[in-house]
Amino acid sequence: MHQAVVERWSRGNSLLHRRDPRAKIGALVVFLVALATAHRGLAFTAAGLLILLACGFIWARVPLAGAMARAGLVLPFAIVFALISWAAGDPGRAVALVIKSYLSAFAVLLVVSTTPLPVLLRGLEMTGTPQFVLLVAQFLYRYLFVIGREAEQMSRAAAARGASARKWIAASGPFRAAAGALAALFARSYARAEHIHRAMLARCFQGHFQTAQNLRFCRSDAVFVLAASLIPLAVRIAAERALPWPR
Amino acid sequence: MAPLIEVRGLRFKYEDGTAALNGVDFQLEAGETVALFGPNGSGKTTFVLHLNGLLTGEGTVQVCGLPVNRKTIPQLRRKVGIVFQDSDTQLFMPTVLEDVAFGLLNLGIEHAAALSRAHAALETVGMARTASRAPYHLSAGEKKRVAIAGIIAMEPEILVLDEPTANLDPPGQRSLAELIAHLPQAKILVTHDIGFAQALCHRAVFFQDGVIAAGGTVEEVVSRLDWDFSVERSKFRP
Repeated sequence: MHQAVVERWSRGNSLLHRRDPRAKIGALVVFLVALATAHRGLAFTAAGLLILLACGFIWARVPLAGAMARAGLVLPFAIVFALISWAAGDPGRAVALVIKSYLSAFAVLLVVSTTPLPVLLRGLEMTGTPQFVLLVAQFLYRYLFVIGREAEQMSRAAAARGASARKWIAASGPFRAAAGALAALFARSYARAEHIHRAMLARCFQGHFQTAQNLRFCRSDAVFVLAASLIPLAVRIAAERALPWPR
Repeated sequence: MAPLIEVRGLRFKYEDGTAALNGVDFQLEAGETVALFGPNGSGKTTFVLHLNGLLTGEGTVQVCGLPVNRKTIPQLRRKVGIVFQDSDTQLFMPTVLEDVAFGLLNLGIEHAAALSRAHAALETVGMARTASRAPYHLSAGEKKRVAIAGIIAMEPEILVLDEPTANLDPPGQRSLAELIAHLPQAKILVTHDIGFAQALCHRAVFFQDGVIAAGGTVEEVVSRLDWDFSVERSKFRP
């Protein structure tokens, strides 16, 4: 499962992994703003930021190819909206949409794959993110595993009885079968999620996730956040200066 | 001395109208280990979920002298630790140590102390070596031990184990029995495993159709049962 792999990556021990989550969140916000507001020389800016992120992954000793592939999960959604823009006669915006979506996902992945989720959520909490949002994020993340595992078991059970994706597609009612399987998957996931929630309540869970780590923002974190914020800004300024202003 | 658990006339219906408990009377004394037998769907698990307020029905439930109600639920969840049948539902944190510390942190225990108690609990169940591993990489027996560590770390007065031997191989069952026997708490074991109950329990009760149909020593209860797993129904023979 993708999330299990990212979870494993987040347990690394590089310099980037050891940075306080608030420093990484701060740098990420600056990066995303610099990217989202870039218009002139977007290709240069995007190339520079992509190299910057790739260096980040290499520094954190997270497999670059795997991370690039996983960040691509955002592309199907981005491409749908890009096609709408293209059809509306704005191909420039369509291309920008795809580039910015991919780079944003890649940047978020760098933070997520270098910060264990409970620590990241604790960092978000300390930067003032509403508790409700954090709770939803934590449950969503937890239940992704649940749905993934249920789907895996159902697919194995179906395969054991001779089912295959090809047979499904060749069957007369593939949509009906797929809808039935999806309904069963969500019913099973819901039941399991209820059991998990009950087990959490039994251990005194009161709607607030605690983390086993104490966070400490030290001088090296301050240096990191400063450098990690200035570099993307510098990349963008350099890319924009390299091009003449349109007349 | 007052019993640790005293239940009188407990009734409970699920939202779909299924009557799961139809008037259960039960007592657990300090230091006692009791087996709950009974066919699937007879109300055993529903019953134990009432002991720390995860479900609430009609009737009276008193645990360590406290009535089970909205106000007392936080205290009761410290006093009654439930180890669920499927360990996967109980283990959800990224590492074993964090999972064992989950309940302690919820109790408001300071981080360093919580981690130290979590380590001690893992030592008790012989799983200290797995502290930094992801729970989903463990075997069924290891998961069960970690799930137990997560509960005993909270130092409950009563331990409830729902089908503790489910999915365990015979050596795993034996080693789990040894572990449970050494835990000092009063215990309730929901089980179908007669040998396991005989090894650990002072007495047993038999659930049928949402009531306790029989009680006594494990041998007495077992000798009066027509235990027929082939139809998944155990009929009590009066």
